[in-house]
Amino acid sequence: MTTTHTPTFPSGSVGLISPQTLHFDEPLPLICGKTLSAYDLIFETYGTLNANRTNAVLICHALSGHHHAAGYHSTDDKKPGWWDAHIGPGKSIDTNRFFVVSLNNLGGCHGSTGPNTINPETGKLWGPDFPMVTVQDWVHSQARLADRLGIERFAAVIGGSLGGMQALQWTLSYPERVAHAGVIAATPKLSAQNIAFNEVARQAIRSDPDFHDGHYSDHHTLPRRGLKLARMVGHITYLSEGAMGSKFGRDMQGDQKFNFDYDVEFQVESYLRYQGDTFSNSFDAHTYLLMTKALDYFDPASRHDGDLAKALAPAQCPFLVVSFSTDWRFPPSRSKELVNALVRADKAVSYVNIDSTHGHDGFLMLDSRYQDVFAAYMDRIAKTLSLGERL
Amino acid sequence: MRADLTVIYNWIPDRARVLDLGCGDGTLLNALARDKNVTGYGLEIDPDGITACLARGVNVIEQNLDDGLANFDDNAYDLVVMTQALQALRRPDLMLDEMFRVAKEGIITFPNFAYWRHRVHLGLRGYMPVSKSLPHAWYDTPNIHLSTFNDFEHLCREKNLKIIDRAVGVGGNKGSLLSRHWPNLFGEIAIFRVARQC
Repeated sequence: MTTTHTPTFPSGSVGLISPQTLHFDEPLPLICGKTLSAYDLIFETYGTLNANRTNAVLICHALSGHHHAAGYHSTDDKKPGWWDAHIGPGKSIDTNRFFVVSLNNLGGCHGSTGPNTINPETGKLWGPDFPMVTVQDWVHSQARLADRLGIERFAAVIGGSLGGMQALQWTLSYPERVAHAGVIAATPKLSAQNIAFNEVARQAIRSDPDFHDGHYSDHHTLPRRGLKLARMVGHITYLSEGAMGSKFGRDMQGDQKFNFDYDVEFQVESYLRYQGDTFSNSFDAHTYLLMTKALDYFDPASRHDGDLAKALAPAQCPFLVVSFSTDWRFPPSRSKELVNALVRADKAVSYVNIDSTHGHDGFLMLDSRYQDVFAAYMDRIAKTLSLGERL
Repeated sequence: MRADLTVIYNWIPDRARVLDLGCGDGTLLNALARDKNVTGYGLEIDPDGITACLARGVNVIEQNLDDGLANFDDNAYDLVVMTQALQALRRPDLMLDEMFRVAKEGIITFPNFAYWRHRVHLGLRGYMPVSKSLPHAWYDTPNIHLSTFNDFEHLCREKNLKIIDRAVGVGGNKGSLLSRHWPNLFGEIAIFRVARQC
């Protein structure tokens, strides 16, 4: 993997990054009962794995995320990877000291095996036949990726939102392979309201006439309208009321006059439509459906009569749990639920609630306290591993 | 280490399970974990304190003590510690109930309002006391429930709590002969070791 610093990128950037793909031939049994006979995982790495292989950090992505967490794919890229704010030389996840691995999960649509890749048994796109994957399956596949990269134990597994659920699952599936878990803006299970929003998103996609019962590629079309609506609804839940208010208020396109029609009038409408359009042209509808189901199904306590503390018994590592004050998708109370269960299970845990205006999206942003907290925790991991100081 | 923390450090036995309410920068828990294999959690709301705890590897939970300790089980800890926080709570009496629900024993420190310098400030000069242990002005102080050695002992009696040990802190030292004999007058910081009677 090439990581070069060129003057065209801002300082603190990992620079130009090329993704890598590994093929896995060993069948992966899935929680849904089906098996993936073979699969590819696309991933990126930043920094260098040390000789003892102790400095690896796994980054797990959220619903619409992917492997491109930091740096740039080309000098023309307008935006860096989705977590560039926190990954890079001298940043919280300091690539001068840590070897960062970030992958696209199975079922994704950015290069790992998923609905928009070819099913070797049929020679056609997987489409609606791609099996349902769960957080446990992802963690299973991530462990196999770690095996191939020669990583026995991660210094930390970290993720936000759905990524935080994967970090949590790691401590239960492979407790001996994770030294620290960072569970950020996540929840130990979805609420009825969370599932309800996901169901609206799914219905928007599935009721789009272009969905064709999932066989849209056979009809050479895409359920763009459905996916757009799904994203619009989702996007509302990622922002706080305050953030939307200060960004758009009741501002209108052009002059502040009502047109008495259904064209875009308010700026928030324009913003949501734009977000929806961009997303529906770049994301796969099946992946969106699968990811929302993976969210809905995640509930480690369900196998222990709803007792989360009991479910957490296998975990061995210290946890950092972070929530954001205005997050109403996975509000601080949901993180506290996890923290309280960890305390009851007698696990090492630290919890921070960041005062933020950004709602659920706060976990992606750069906020001074969030940065302090994240950096302090990572510095401490680096210290215990004798990885040196952050410069 | 701060004078009251040194006293507490010496009072806490090896391998104790400790809950530190208002743990600050984690100095006490860190020293106890390092030297005495003590385990537990610190509760704090000050952002700088929390970050310092994280950097030290102290388990710190951002939690406002005024919200109670409902997330901690009965008798889950050997000892509960609260240094210099009692006087800033909305209801110190209810906090004592909570403390002695989660642990049988507790260590509590607070600034003694009856300290002679405080008395001089108020009694002779007619101003609200400002001192090393009470550094704030009356209008911006977080200390809303100030008390004295005598007040605290009275509350412990009312709550049927047994005072096992008592110490004083004065100006960063462990306390003079005077303060040991007349703590309510010469003790700047009150340090109590209290146990539930059952």
